[in-house]
Amino acid sequence: MLELCGKHFTSRMLLGTAGYSSPDVLRQAVEASRVDIVTVSLRRESARARTGQGFWALIEQLGRRVLPNTAGCRTAKEAIATAQMARELFGTNWIKLEVIANDDTLQPELFGLVEAATVLCAEGFEVLPYTTEDLSAAERLVAAGCTVLMPWAAPIGSARGLINKPALQSLRAYFPDTPLILDAGVGAPSHAAEAMEMGYDAVLLNTAVAKAGDPVKMAEGFAKAIEAGRLAYEAGLIEPRDMASPSTPVAGTPFFKIDHAS
Amino acid sequence: MQILLNGERVATDARNLDELCAKLGFAEAKVATAVNGSFVAASARLATQLAEADEVEIVAPRQGG
Repeated sequence: MLELCGKHFTSRMLLGTAGYSSPDVLRQAVEASRVDIVTVSLRRESARARTGQGFWALIEQLGRRVLPNTAGCRTAKEAIATAQMARELFGTNWIKLEVIANDDTLQPELFGLVEAATVLCAEGFEVLPYTTEDLSAAERLVAAGCTVLMPWAAPIGSARGLINKPALQSLRAYFPDTPLILDAGVGAPSHAAEAMEMGYDAVLLNTAVAKAGDPVKMAEGFAKAIEAGRLAYEAGLIEPRDMASPSTPVAGTPFFKIDHAS
Repeated sequence: MQILLNGERVATDARNLDELCAKLGFAEAKVATAVNGSFVAASARLATQLAEADEVEIVAPRQGG
């Protein structure tokens, strides 16, 4: 089972709630993927539209643990205030901490991330930081009190998959006991399976499901790929080799003759 | 008094944050608040006086990744 911040979960997939064509498609995707945790956000509420009130009713119906994010925050100060608002709003001390550096790459602003994580951990938050594969940033985040790390695979929504696999492998090797959740940039179930085969503990995704031709089917596809990847990791993969190695026994092969026998 | 509410300049006679939320119909709503960049807990809204040019954020749950 997946253990995060002292809680146990059956599913190793976390699903975002944004970008679906309708609330019903979101609900079906959550059910098809059998996720235990969904990510949510908070945004300015209009007195006229009251959009958030309806969305909250939907989230309550889903009955999943919510992981609020600080998406769009540009500074540690903004992220801290947003996390504090999220804690009151959603009734959870879990926060997916995002401090964004750049509009084009949406990459984590690592200095602000560490600064915000330090403050929030001290305030009793369970901080799940959206970070890069950078080892030194990961060390700082763990030192700040983060018990989970969420490195990106690629820029958010890019569907590129694991663009720096060796570094992600290195992170896994360097933090054998810290849950690692691959977050962002995943495009295909094969990407998710690849991370799980490497020993990543879980995968968080949104766009690859929400924007798929059939989000509900894709949600199920990802769930199966993540499960398959985990099984493969637990089973132990064989080592790749350069030359062929026959799987069928050579001994007793009909018509077999030793070459050049004199 | 002019304040900046969710990024828009508005006029209000609300003396404190609790009163502002009530005037906007958010008294019982699922919202969280911040003033001038700092979080204000629901329990502290009544004691949070508003002043000219204050920047108020009122947020609610929304879809997120």
